Amino acid sequence: MITIRGELRASYAFAERNFFLTRRTWPWEVAFLIYSVAGALSITLIGIDQGSKRLVLSLMVGAIFWNYLSVVFGWIAETIAVERWEGTLEYTMMAPIRRSSRLIGQVAYAMVYGLIHTAVIFIVLVLFFPELDLSSSNPGTAAVFMALGSFSFVGIGILAAILPLLYVERGAQMTFVIQSGLLLVSGVYYPINILPGWMQVLSHLSPATYVLDGVRAGLTNGVGVADLGHDIWPLVILGTLLIPFALWAFGRAEHYAKRTGKLKRTG
Amino acid sequence: MIHPSIADRLSTEPPDPGAAARPPALLVERVSKSFVIGRGKPPVAAVTDVSLRLERGEIHGVLGANGSGKSTLIRLIAGLLTLDAGRIQVFGHDVVRDELAVKRLINRVSVDAAFFKKLSPMENLTFAARLYGLDVGTARKTVYAILERLHVGSDRVDRPIEQMSRGMQQKVAIARALLTSPALLLLDEPTTGLDPRSKLDVQEFVEEVRKTHDTSIVLMTHDLAEAERLCDAVTIIDGGRVVDADTPAGLVSSATDRLGRPATLWDVFMTSTGRSLDDDVAEEGEEAIP
Repeated sequence: MITIRGELRASYAFAERNFFLTRRTWPWEVAFLIYSVAGALSITLIGIDQGSKRLVLSLMVGAIFWNYLSVVFGWIAETIAVERWEGTLEYTMMAPIRRSSRLIGQVAYAMVYGLIHTAVIFIVLVLFFPELDLSSSNPGTAAVFMALGSFSFVGIGILAAILPLLYVERGAQMTFVIQSGLLLVSGVYYPINILPGWMQVLSHLSPATYVLDGVRAGLTNGVGVADLGHDIWPLVILGTLLIPFALWAFGRAEHYAKRTGKLKRTG
Repeated sequence: MIHPSIADRLSTEPPDPGAAARPPALLVERVSKSFVIGRGKPPVAAVTDVSLRLERGEIHGVLGANGSGKSTLIRLIAGLLTLDAGRIQVFGHDVVRDELAVKRLINRVSVDAAFFKKLSPMENLTFAARLYGLDVGTARKTVYAILERLHVGSDRVDRPIEQMSRGMQQKVAIARALLTSPALLLLDEPTTGLDPRSKLDVQEFVEEVRKTHDTSIVLMTHDLAEAERLCDAVTIIDGGRVVDADTPAGLVSSATDRLGRPATLWDVFMTSTGRSLDDDVAEEGEEAIP
């Protein structure tokens, strides 16, 4: 009989293991943080060059929240790739735990890691641009949209994690295609209405579009969640559909990998 | 081609009719698995119509050259590959229908010690303990005891595994498998590539585990001396098929009769397969998987 406690313990195992890995590779983590901060600063400075505080805030929001979503997406998408790289995938797949337990642990760690990473970048940017006035912003709105957007990105992350399961050598690299596609169509650094019509259709399918729209409205104009229903409901629908679909698809991919022997080989 | 005189020995029927009510540790019945290695190419059979039966508390050796299908067979038992045909039961649990129940009963040591190399043995084993629902405090004590028995100093348990020799890593892999007290332990060439001292440590520990724990063991090996020393029964596979099966003494005795001179397990293997254990037969086995 599988108990909830047992499954939570298994989920915690993955979060703890990822923490161990982060701790062991702390110089790399520091380097990645510096890289992320530098990237966010560079993008935000474009707004300073244009002399528009509104543009500065818009770019800053884009840089910060794209970082959060990228980190969450990256950790989950690498769930399989890292294990394949280390050669531990078969051992993990043999463990008497449910697929969902494994993914919950990865997701939980990704979100906590992403929040800490993003908070550091946010603090550095606020210190770097003291002229920014955030007194009228609504941080509650930003928090709600981050939380809601996380569900959708967890789903997309799980779908991306399938690629290294199916494509042994280049699966990990293929996840970048998904990430860069989302960056292109989601209005991270520009409004989506400047995109070609067919791309705007894709924009409306990307949860990042609604997350960034909501966060910008909250931080720039102080808009409350109640006034942003048009951004909330697509996120609720996408999150509700994407996670179960991603879990189902991951299960199918796992079965395919077991049928074709793709769990065995390291990339 | 299976020698006609051994056909009876390949049966998966229990040797003692009274044991039928008590499922064996492992029952493999007419299992087959093939892989598609490219478009337009016919599937490659890695395992064909393989059967074996492991009674509780026994060590069953599976002998075969590289690429003969040993690792595919162990992956099928571990649920890491799907079956094309046949069935596998672990203590009466079907590996397909009762996947989680089977996973709780088994653990595996593969030829490559699979760890997060940047993490220490203790961090890796803590991860394993949590996956198998063990109390981490108790597991830590067990880890120290097992590693000490395998001559791995306690000063090594908190340093990254990548700083350990291959032999040491393999001992940690064995500690990880035994930490979960598996009822069925799958050992896939656990001593391949180890120095003589480490090999002896591992072999002695396997014997000790059998004596002190209620563990049944499948040992994939191409070390004939190891098979002769450790195994209660041996199945020889070649090209993914079972070509002989009996106790080590029984196999040697049959070969002696066939050859008309005193035979060894090496003679048994050569006459059964027509090849040396060092031969690679990748084109017929799992090494050919894309």
